[in-house]
Amino acid sequence: MSEHVAVPMRAKFFTPGTLVVFAVAAIGICIYLARLVLGIGAVTNLTDQYPWGIWIAIDVASGVALAAGGFTSAALVYIFGNERYHALIRPALLTALLGYTFVVIGLLADLGRYYNVWHPMLPMMWQGNSVLFEVGMCVMVYLSVLYIEFVPIVVERFLGHVALPGPLGRLNRFSETLLRLADRTLNRFMGVFIVAGVVLSCLHQSSLGALMLIAPTKMHPLWYTPVMPALFLMSAMAVGFPMIIFESILASRSFKLAPERELLQGLGRIAPVLLGFYAIAKISDITIREAWPYVLESSPQALSFMAELGLGVLLPIALFLMPKVRKSIPGLFAAATLAVLGVALNRINVFLVAYNPPFADRTYVPSVFEVLLTAGLIATLVLVYRAAVIIFPVITPGEPLVTPVPARAPSQEDQPWVASESPR
Amino acid sequence: MTVNRRAFLKLAAGASGTLVASRASANAVASNSGVEPFGVLVDTTFCIGCRKCELGCNQNNRDLPRRDSPQFEDKRVFDTHRRPDATSYTVINRLPTVDTKGEPVFAKAQCMHCVHPACASACIVGALQKTPEGPVTYDAWKCIGCRYCMVACPFQIPAYEYANALTPQVRKCTFCYEQIVTQGSRPGCVANCPNEALTFGKRSELIELAHAKIATHRERYIDHVYGETEIGGTSFMYLSAVDFKALDLPEQGDTPTPALTEKIQHGVFKGFVPPVALYGLLGLVYLSRRKEEVENTAADKDEHHE
Repeated sequence: MSEHVAVPMRAKFFTPGTLVVFAVAAIGICIYLARLVLGIGAVTNLTDQYPWGIWIAIDVASGVALAAGGFTSAALVYIFGNERYHALIRPALLTALLGYTFVVIGLLADLGRYYNVWHPMLPMMWQGNSVLFEVGMCVMVYLSVLYIEFVPIVVERFLGHVALPGPLGRLNRFSETLLRLADRTLNRFMGVFIVAGVVLSCLHQSSLGALMLIAPTKMHPLWYTPVMPALFLMSAMAVGFPMIIFESILASRSFKLAPERELLQGLGRIAPVLLGFYAIAKISDITIREAWPYVLESSPQALSFMAELGLGVLLPIALFLMPKVRKSIPGLFAAATLAVLGVALNRINVFLVAYNPPFADRTYVPSVFEVLLTAGLIATLVLVYRAAVIIFPVITPGEPLVTPVPARAPSQEDQPWVASESPR
Repeated sequence: MTVNRRAFLKLAAGASGTLVASRASANAVASNSGVEPFGVLVDTTFCIGCRKCELGCNQNNRDLPRRDSPQFEDKRVFDTHRRPDATSYTVINRLPTVDTKGEPVFAKAQCMHCVHPACASACIVGALQKTPEGPVTYDAWKCIGCRYCMVACPFQIPAYEYANALTPQVRKCTFCYEQIVTQGSRPGCVANCPNEALTFGKRSELIELAHAKIATHRERYIDHVYGETEIGGTSFMYLSAVDFKALDLPEQGDTPTPALTEKIQHGVFKGFVPPVALYGLLGLVYLSRRKEEVENTAADKDEHHE
């Protein structure tokens, strides 16, 4: 079926669209630098009552959740053996890799002493009671695993073609040797890393859900539940495929390729099952804890909960279940987007909306700078993603579009000898 | 409701496998060193709102911004509700209520130095520690500034130096650790209290004292020592004539705040068995799949070789 091979995208990096994204990224980077120099107080609305804002809720918590496509696709293909989805592994891996990288970059902005971020690695500071310690360690190791998983793609692209610019050229031979070494050894052990990636993901995705359980008196009962870790894991698993659909459609649009219709439809069939399990768990949880009355309150929390469950979980399930929707690319895109936003909203709800500290004289509303920094990080991620798929063979083009097609050949002059997808 | 919830918890434990750790884990934190921990009994019925404790705190904690004593005589601060912040470890509030005699009620707020502190349990690097002597101490050198302690604290005490660009610290009452542990003296606030509203001593003795006070002056106190059992006990404990909620002391159960997260944490990582088991299981599936695949691709290669 999928005879296609991942190739570097043939496209100019700069388009009018990219320039807009570039502007957003530039503003965000300026604010980031300002935060590093001037401090958290200078750019955020955080207070002693609200120590966590959107940098944690969106950049970190939602970021981790939406990078779940990396481990769900790895599990789907390598562990459950759905080989036909192989073409989606690399884009998902890249998204996860960049997603987690930006989670860390976003986290650094929020850490008061960002230069101490490595402290949890020191055994003398290990703190086994801390949920955050586990999350931190898992994310750190997982991020390394993601980079290791990406190495074969670098090898595939550059082995035998290393030509570093300028004075770096002296390192050509050395780099070549490294790549050859990686090529010879890494594939033999890749399974170790792939399985580790799935396990580490299960651990920290669920632990993220345990973070707020330490504040029982501050959390709104719609979200405070001892099974929150399970809900977080299930929602991460559920959002992985919608996220892949979402970005695959965006990428194919951006690079004027035909979307991987068949594969995306396949994922569109799996997505409602996983979302369904999540919905059942969430609804049972509310029912067993007798928390439904809170949904009927007229509070921002109730509203946000209904949006999260109704628009972000139930509606996408309904859409994914309709064959008509699944067969159309805009339909798939709409359903996937809703699911993605639904899980992101869940993380925002848990970390911000549900959090109701005592003695707060005013509620936290993010500052313009906080919003711009978050937007800037997302924009930078998009730009790096674009650069990465232009440089590396990540995206597997589907059927070419009938309309004007930019030069795009299934095999390129720099095509390596490993013809099939490599990490194995 | 309670029964339901308990049944649910059991169900959850079975379903997610996350709540299986021993109940003891959260309680095993401190109190096995043989040291009798210290405490402070705050008898709010004796507090006259003189703010001398605030002054004593400022004088004892030299890392706080210096303030001269006249500043602490200003009673206008009572017009607004205050909380301890990055520049003051303790504050007195005049509460929007009066006691039975129509007198204003004052209450001191500071870190409660919980017996099972959520902040220390939350801390990713152990910068916050529960010492056997009672104080919960902070080591800025370890701190990464994640502020999870502030999220965790049920009394919303740790404050942050948001204005400090490069070396911000978490700020909260130190219980004057140096003075009470190495010098054997009383904390600054207690030493400066002119009216015996504050009593420093061994926590267990203070509990006895508190109950004796209640027993002898039934008309004076609500029959409850706040902090004796709340969230597993606190080092600062309160006596009051009015509802404790009015004293800015939120209603809390007796379970230590970090009990659930620690249970989950130690359940998931019990001897690293669950993660290793998951790894083993997925690894086996992966290997068996891969074997299949290698055979298939070998066959494929012959077919597709053009």
